[in-house]
Amino acid sequence: MTPELMKAGTARFERHLEREAQRRAALTESGGRSAGYARHALAGEVDVTHGRILYLEDVHVSFDGFKAINGLNLDIAPGELRCIIGPNGAGKTTMMDIITGKTRPDKGTVFFGSTIDLLRHNEPQIAQLGIGRKFQKPTVFEQLSVFENLELALKTHKGVKHSMFFQLDSAQRDRLAEVLHTIHLAGSVGRMAGELSHGQKQWLEIGMLLMQDPKLLLLDEPVAGMTDEETARTAELFLRLKGKHSLMVVEHDMHFIRAISEKVTVLCDGSVLAEGTLDQVQADERVIEVYLGR
Amino acid sequence: MQATTSSTPAVQLPGRRPLLTRKGWGAFFAALLAVCALAPLLNLWVPPDSAFHLSDYAVALLGKIMCYAICALAMDLIWGYTGILSLGHGLFFALGGYVMGMYLMRQIGTEGNYGSELPDFMVFLDWKELPWHWMLSDSFVATLILIVAVPGLLAFVFGWFAFRSRIKGVYFAIITQALTYAAMLLFFRNETGFGGNNGFTDFKRILGQPLATQEMRMLLFVLTGCTLLGFFLLARWLVRSKFGRVLQAIRDAESRVMFSGYSPLPYKLTIWVISAMMCGVAGALYVPQVGIINPGEMSPAASIEIAVWAAVGGRGTLIGPIAGAFLVNGAKSWLTVVAPEFWLYFLGALFIAVTLFLPQGIAGMARKLRRSGGEARPLAGTQAEDRSPAAKEETRA
Repeated sequence: MTPELMKAGTARFERHLEREAQRRAALTESGGRSAGYARHALAGEVDVTHGRILYLEDVHVSFDGFKAINGLNLDIAPGELRCIIGPNGAGKTTMMDIITGKTRPDKGTVFFGSTIDLLRHNEPQIAQLGIGRKFQKPTVFEQLSVFENLELALKTHKGVKHSMFFQLDSAQRDRLAEVLHTIHLAGSVGRMAGELSHGQKQWLEIGMLLMQDPKLLLLDEPVAGMTDEETARTAELFLRLKGKHSLMVVEHDMHFIRAISEKVTVLCDGSVLAEGTLDQVQADERVIEVYLGR
Repeated sequence: MQATTSSTPAVQLPGRRPLLTRKGWGAFFAALLAVCALAPLLNLWVPPDSAFHLSDYAVALLGKIMCYAICALAMDLIWGYTGILSLGHGLFFALGGYVMGMYLMRQIGTEGNYGSELPDFMVFLDWKELPWHWMLSDSFVATLILIVAVPGLLAFVFGWFAFRSRIKGVYFAIITQALTYAAMLLFFRNETGFGGNNGFTDFKRILGQPLATQEMRMLLFVLTGCTLLGFFLLARWLVRSKFGRVLQAIRDAESRVMFSGYSPLPYKLTIWVISAMMCGVAGALYVPQVGIINPGEMSPAASIEIAVWAAVGGRGTLIGPIAGAFLVNGAKSWLTVVAPEFWLYFLGALFIAVTLFLPQGIAGMARKLRRSGGEARPLAGTQAEDRSPAAKEETRA
């Protein structure tokens, strides 16, 4: 063998190794890093490297034999605004109950990011992990002022001793003022939450979610009882939140959904019936059947 | 004004509020003065035939009512602010009282009817030595600790299980009622070692000093008054802190509290234990003043009465339940003398009237009267002033 041939052979082999390495790198799903290697799962931190902030897989719940959730599979990307529609009794609220820890599923997996198993946590823990929830019926602390409502929701230590000696610092005051403007309640700081109109209560509750600074917001009928103008402002707000937070919105108001939606999921009888843009979904035969009668 | 630096116009956020208003502090110190200086002066130095003399009967009555007022205050923390109705607070009161009673029994020494080291009822039962749970009863310091520790510990254990199982509302009330009833039956038994249905009485001394003197009664009166005022400040501080607002939030919408990241259990447990301890202290102050403690204090009716004082005075106001305790008990002692057969009708009528016409109690009525009086003045001046700077900033921006 001549030295030239040997040199050429070595170069060819090195090129082959390089190509092989590139091919392998392309194969992994974790951005070129070998999965499970040198990636720390931090306690309480949501791992979204796989591009999903919420996974529900094969979830089942039944109440006295009634299957409220029946093999539900759903996932949401970070920063996504997902609308959920579906007829009454489709399991929308039950799904939110499962995600927030209020209801235990009989079967299935629910993950927040790749590492946090939500079924191992209770409601307050899940809230602290970064999932905020707005109820169908606006739920605010009626005997407290707007200011105090927002103060209580603020993301901070939530223990007893800490609460006894808690004082707002200036950064927190600024944040509170900012949220007050966002929810258009700056003029009613001192008013009792119970005195607010229905739409304002809805907003106050959204404001309380914002104070929590959650990574994922679950909103159950956020514009019910709002005037057209308030609805438009809410749509504007959600579009602004999109990207920074992930949102899951359950609504019946199709105009509102048209204004905000990118991807719509139709839920029926406890599982996903269809998924796509609003137009795709509305053209779907099965969806029409479910909505217009059987 | 601050708005120039940030992009959003300034919002007038409410600042730190003082513990009491200036008028409130004025009233507080007036009460303190009345308890610590005026009452002793009128009772001990003004001659009995003077019109200004405060009779021993009045001192004893007021001292007793102040103990009740502490219970009403404790009830307001748990019922008025946290929305948990307890119908077993009489138990904590009685436990504090029994701890104090045990100490007072030991203070009798050998001066009992049987001349024994042991309390009379033990001699009567032919017991030869003190049972184990009487071991610490001759130490005053241990007694002081146990006065809060015993009710506190019982409340903690009971509350832990009840709140963890998310028992609420009427179910919780019924269980507390059952608890105090069970304790009453237990204390009625002679074998329990607390004097059976006679309880403890015939106390002679406290800290070696005779109990039955005018000066000692006055001292206990002053001590009770100061405790009541001190507890009032403590309660006020608690409910004005964020802790207190979380309690009110639990009362109004517990699920929202949980979804805001608060675990209600430690909050409920903390206020429940604090409330029980306050009742224990009240019971300990009560026993040397009235000179007797028996299981009757644990009867369900006694606990319900505490709730009645709080309801009559106005829940969630602190000052209301204190006023309620004074009003109801004052009326009780007056009516049981003037027309003993009508007292129970009066109590029933009062409760119906409060439920129907004064859902907020006396304090709520007072507030309403003040508000309707305030409206006569030009359009709630302070509020308009508060708003104007923010409004100006907004128009400028």
